[in-house]
Amino acid sequence: MGYQLKMRVWRGDADGGALGDYTVEVSEGEVVLDALHRLQATQTGDLAIRWNCKAGKCGSCSAEINGKPRLLCMTRLSDFDTSETITVTPLRAFPVIRDLVTDVSYNYEKARELPSVELGPRDADGKRRMMQVDVERGQEFRKCIECFLCQNTCHVVRDHEDNKPAFAGPRFFLRYAELDMHPLDIRDRRETTRRDAGIGLCNITKCCTEVCPEGIKITDNAIIPMKERVVDKKYDPLVWLGNKIGLRNKDDDGRTEV
Amino acid sequence: MTGNEMSGDAQGGIERHQYDVIVIGAGGSGLRAAIAAHEAGARVAVVCKSLLGKAHTVMAEGGCAAAMGNLYPDDNWQVHFRDTMRGGKMLNHWRMAQIHAQEAPERVMELEDWGALFDRTQDGLISQRDFGGHRYARLAHIGDRTGLEIIRTLQQRLVALGIDVYMECTVTDLLKRDGAIAGAFGYWRESGRFIVFDAPAVVLATGGFGKAWKVTSNSWEYTGDGHALALRAGATLINMEFVQFHPTGMVWPPSVKGLLVTESVRGDGGILKNSEGKRFMFDHIPDYFRKETADSIEEADRWYEDKKNNRRPPELLPRDEVARAINAEIKAGRGSPHGGVFLDIASRRTPEFIKKRLPSMYHQFKELADVDITAEPMEIGPTCHYAMGGIEVDPDTEVSVVPGLYAVGECSGGMHGSNRLGGNSLSDLIVFGRRAGDAAASYATSLPSRPEAADDDIAAAQASALAPFELEGRENPYTIQQDLQQTMNDLVGIIREGSELERALEEVERLKERAASMSVEGHRQYNPGWHLAIDLRNMLLVGECVAKAALARQESRGGHTRNDYPGPDPEWGDKNLVLRLNDDGTGVDMTEQALPAMPDDLKKFFEE
Repeated sequence: MGYQLKMRVWRGDADGGALGDYTVEVSEGEVVLDALHRLQATQTGDLAIRWNCKAGKCGSCSAEINGKPRLLCMTRLSDFDTSETITVTPLRAFPVIRDLVTDVSYNYEKARELPSVELGPRDADGKRRMMQVDVERGQEFRKCIECFLCQNTCHVVRDHEDNKPAFAGPRFFLRYAELDMHPLDIRDRRETTRRDAGIGLCNITKCCTEVCPEGIKITDNAIIPMKERVVDKKYDPLVWLGNKIGLRNKDDDGRTEV
Repeated sequence: MTGNEMSGDAQGGIERHQYDVIVIGAGGSGLRAAIAAHEAGARVAVVCKSLLGKAHTVMAEGGCAAAMGNLYPDDNWQVHFRDTMRGGKMLNHWRMAQIHAQEAPERVMELEDWGALFDRTQDGLISQRDFGGHRYARLAHIGDRTGLEIIRTLQQRLVALGIDVYMECTVTDLLKRDGAIAGAFGYWRESGRFIVFDAPAVVLATGGFGKAWKVTSNSWEYTGDGHALALRAGATLINMEFVQFHPTGMVWPPSVKGLLVTESVRGDGGILKNSEGKRFMFDHIPDYFRKETADSIEEADRWYEDKKNNRRPPELLPRDEVARAINAEIKAGRGSPHGGVFLDIASRRTPEFIKKRLPSMYHQFKELADVDITAEPMEIGPTCHYAMGGIEVDPDTEVSVVPGLYAVGECSGGMHGSNRLGGNSLSDLIVFGRRAGDAAASYATSLPSRPEAADDDIAAAQASALAPFELEGRENPYTIQQDLQQTMNDLVGIIREGSELERALEEVERLKERAASMSVEGHRQYNPGWHLAIDLRNMLLVGECVAKAALARQESRGGHTRNDYPGPDPEWGDKNLVLRLNDDGTGVDMTEQALPAMPDDLKKFFEE
């Protein structure tokens, strides 16, 4: 059942590198990360890979397999023909540190720019009440494992490094949408989403949704509704007029703009 | 990567930072401790081996136990306390179990304040689910990804507060001066450069050591770093013989063997069957739990709807009991094709219910094993899951015997006794994380003068970290780790025997010798071979602790089962085994110590 898998793995660092050719023994039921681990244990002790849970839950082992952004631990070898050569390269949108490991600090910087959750006081009995149907929208977004595959694949930054300062990326549009849909949050982040996170740069090609290993409908359920809410506030002439003559938009009643 | 400069910028020398409190580890307990220390006014930093948000807490599935009484108003801290102590076979530190049960509800509510979105009851309150050993449905949860929600919530809180995080930075030694903590020494994984933290208080929150076993639900990080750092700094470990084997890990395909299958499958109605199709748990109900366990299929099935008039199904006995039962069925030749038993929820619940309540399990089996759990049973078997043993701490402040050294979460010991109940680890993290953070901050900020690390100690730490590069062409760290994992799996597994434990100790000694001559290829930049070589020393030390304590405890209790001493022995029922580093630092010494006596007003909960 085992066979010799041919692999090409990118080796190198910030100064450059190249694909290395390897042959490694693999067996039934294994994933790409198993093959790389065996390579590491038997042929290339210093091959740099970032990984943790090996169960698709932590989002550490993101890389590109035959050019497609994937989790190494969730890509089964049985998806490929046994004669096929599997090519593994680091995420392209982030600077390489070494081999398959990239510097993903961009994402952690964007996380710091986001105005955090802020809830009003608890109920009189010290508890909070929210209906299941109301928390479910946010729960879908909170399934995110921060693998950053969506960030890596989004062409707004993948091919345009210069967009990074002005663009938070799909992972953080999920966060803005989640907080906007939180039943008890008291902040209005629509202007921040437009001005600081740059949601307007997204032209909804849905590449992020395609690569999401958690199957989150990033574009349909988070980005598009969020864009609509941002647009309503900023550009809808009726809302503009309402604001002008002192009629408030009830939709964000009780929320404070940040 | 957040809150600090990447190390590559500093040319030459060792990077050095000053803080009041350093937290090592960024799982639930570390993050909660850092938040508490920050809120208490301390300058605090978190140092972690992986990226922020990837720690092992993300793997926790079922829920976080807290007697909030949202579904069963009869639930309260006293009942939770009693369940926890009985689950741990009365070997828990009573005071830790008490604090834990009392404070868990407020800690869970706090997570909600910080943005966690728990599943709700009909009334809109936090929903609670059934789990093994808990009398009432008590686990606050989010589907079967509760750990992810908790770590993300704490991570986002940490970021909102602007606390510094040193990611992919591994601490290899604690620094002391005149017996008290002075700081920590480590390296950046990314560059291999060294870093020193000057801080009078260090909170260890490094998790467990399951990576010393072959079949485990633990990730590469679980190498017993905190346990070993504490030993080398002069602290003591207790309960090291108790290792929890989770009853339900995946058994096939080989690449995912050991991967966790949440207890929620059983909490939500799943049952265990052997190859003869028999629901075998009814044959394995121990006397200790007989009074509270259903003895017929009819009663067990009625319990899900009517908990008042029926007793719990035996599938929801504490984990040690279920793991032993599964092990016995497999040994008796009634196992599944891939050497496990069957866990069946498909025939008991609708596909919609399963997908809603257990989405990651559905996904995990579909993606990794081609099994549709809404249509067919899962094959499962025991997997090394949790370390009950850890650093001995004061229950109220989590300080170890070393001034300035604190420990929380899985790397601390005492809370869970000989066996942890499911759901009690996530609550453990947030309850004691907060207490440790508070106590560490108050210790650090009230010191009249700060211990200063000696240059010689820093030089020694550096030499020790670089040692694997000094040798050439000898032992491969990956091979030594595999041999250790095989040894622990075969000789210090779920069922133990005196002669095998003796062999394990000999084997660990041989592995230590081999580790002394291991070398690594390549250079210091992001070199996993080198990182493993350093972590391996910790795993070996911890492996020795477990085998040594397991050999000494001549009885079976909780997560420690001896073939040659099959029952519990009252003589051992009020004793802890305490381990400390020996005089020449090459191994560990062990002593017996009496359990702290429980006050009478708590004892009454255990009178029949």
